[in-house]
Amino acid sequence: MKAKGHYGIYGGQYVAETLMGPLAELEAAYAEAKNDPAFQREFNEILHDYVGRESPITHCRRLSAHLGGAQILLKREDLNHTGAHKVNNTIGQALLAKRMGKKRLIAETGAGMHGVATATVAALLGMPCEVYMGAIDVDRQAPNVQRMKMLGAKVNAVSEGSATLKDAMNEAIRDWVTNCDDTFYVIGTVAGPHPYPEMVRDFQSVIGKEARAQMLAKYGRLPDQAIACVGGGSNAMGLFAGFIDDKDVKLVGVEAGGKGLATGEHAASINGGRVGVLHGAKTYLLQTDAGQIIDTYSVSAGLDYPGVGPEHAHLADTGRAEYPVINDEEAIDAFDKLCLFEGIIPALESSHALAEAIKRAPHLPKETLLLVNLSGRGDKDMDNIMRWKSRKVEK
Amino acid sequence: MNNRICKCFEKAKEEGRAAFVAYLTIGYPSLEASEKAIDRLIAESGADVIELGVPFSDPFADGAVIRAAAYEALKQGVTMTDALALAARVRAKHPETPLVVFSYYNLILSMGSETFAAAAAKAGVDAVLAVDLPLEERDELLSVLKPHGLTMVPLIAPNTPVARVVESAAGVEDSFLYVITVKGVTGVRGELPPELTGHLDAIRSAVKVPIVAGFGIASREQGTALVKGHADGYVIGSAIVRKLGADGPDVPSPLV
Repeated sequence: MKAKGHYGIYGGQYVAETLMGPLAELEAAYAEAKNDPAFQREFNEILHDYVGRESPITHCRRLSAHLGGAQILLKREDLNHTGAHKVNNTIGQALLAKRMGKKRLIAETGAGMHGVATATVAALLGMPCEVYMGAIDVDRQAPNVQRMKMLGAKVNAVSEGSATLKDAMNEAIRDWVTNCDDTFYVIGTVAGPHPYPEMVRDFQSVIGKEARAQMLAKYGRLPDQAIACVGGGSNAMGLFAGFIDDKDVKLVGVEAGGKGLATGEHAASINGGRVGVLHGAKTYLLQTDAGQIIDTYSVSAGLDYPGVGPEHAHLADTGRAEYPVINDEEAIDAFDKLCLFEGIIPALESSHALAEAIKRAPHLPKETLLLVNLSGRGDKDMDNIMRWKSRKVEK
Repeated sequence: MNNRICKCFEKAKEEGRAAFVAYLTIGYPSLEASEKAIDRLIAESGADVIELGVPFSDPFADGAVIRAAAYEALKQGVTMTDALALAARVRAKHPETPLVVFSYYNLILSMGSETFAAAAAKAGVDAVLAVDLPLEERDELLSVLKPHGLTMVPLIAPNTPVARVVESAAGVEDSFLYVITVKGVTGVRGELPPELTGHLDAIRSAVKVPIVAGFGIASREQGTALVKGHADGYVIGSAIVRKLGADGPDVPSPLV
């Protein structure tokens, strides 16, 4: 029997037998939709009329001048409706759900952004929506819980295990196994069993394809480096998809180093993890010596996943992409710089990617173009940033 | 060939009864309690096969009772190594009873499949049921287990087509098939769906390996009645785990 959806040794369909039927149904439906011009047309129309695509590329002139080296360019996913890249994917999956005749959407969420994006598209298409969220995250991310409820979704707090994103995903999988006849599981990142990593990448690839065309149109050439943050890795995979065949474009995925790799308190699965199997895929995982999955830490809740998309694991092994680590302090510093030099408040997740560009820019010639995916805006992070800063003052 | 599993199902067949497969979560409520419970399940309740549930941090395919037990066991730091040490002690006392390690693939992968297979064989384990290792992915483990004389127990779902059941049975002729009788996750349920017996009959006429029905069976009486003429055995899991949690392993009445 031939396994499907592998990237090198990663990916696959490591799920209970009960899910193999629903996954086969999904795979067939997606393969059909992918090649159906009517589906693609509807998807692109919603991205244009509702999300507000295409999102621009912004040249950070003052910041680049301040750093005195390479030019930093931002792909502005923060300007999307709902304030982040997540909605590209939820629209694609919800349209697929409708096409498959599914009546109900479910999703997992950590920081709440994917939950909000799923609740949004559920309202748009008139489908009931339930979002699973770790009880600890429900407390930490109260504004997003309110947003989901306002959009008509039911939010189910998951209090077992570590009561965070991975446990929310476990509960969503259980819901799907039980209700797969009428329910579509909208996964928020390039993780999970095949075909999810491929499907989510494809829906997010609009970021990279647009960016490639915009670069050629405005600058007459491709960027030297394409930089994005990586939790599960959907915004990075979306950006990379546009440049993966352009061998001269360096692909850079930035993992969340939290308090530093050495402290063990981080969310850097590629840099600090080992190969394992979780949520249907073989990939790098943060785990104990005994193979139990461990909790992640990052100042940015959206990067808090103990695994990483299997395609990233493969790109890391083959060397096509590199995966540096940015810790909390560096991310906050980048956040401040973008606010002050460019008048843009970035999400803390995206601030990790920006921090890597800020680190690299001074050492590179002025002609070098660093394209950073600004995957989301930072309004949601205000409380978190204020807490962080008041703690720093106390110290 | 795994003789203990084959012999056990042959014996039950000769005695004109369904085999009783008992599942428990290792380390719940403690490792000592698990060992005592296994002794009692074999000696008093006539368990034919023991499934050693090794707790994993993310038990997404289990029902509430077994998940809660797994989290409790993990608080005590129970590992795959502990489970194999327990298996060795059980094997020394019960030379004939097949032992199945029942868990998630990551615990095996983390230890290293080859290291695991050698240790499991040495402990007297007969088979592995990795919940998240379906037909498409299982060869990477099965190929490592076989040289050590170990086999795998495939899971069969209510929506598994018969042709796929046949493929699942190929290569594990010395094992049995674990047929999930209720769609969804494990747990105690009051009654079983009417289409079940037809599903079991279709599977049974398609394959030679024994089939056992699991997920949701509450008592030996229900199991025996349910599978009569339709399966070669039944699994009881949640009911045992629940009783161990409530009463401990020393309760005077039988565990199941």
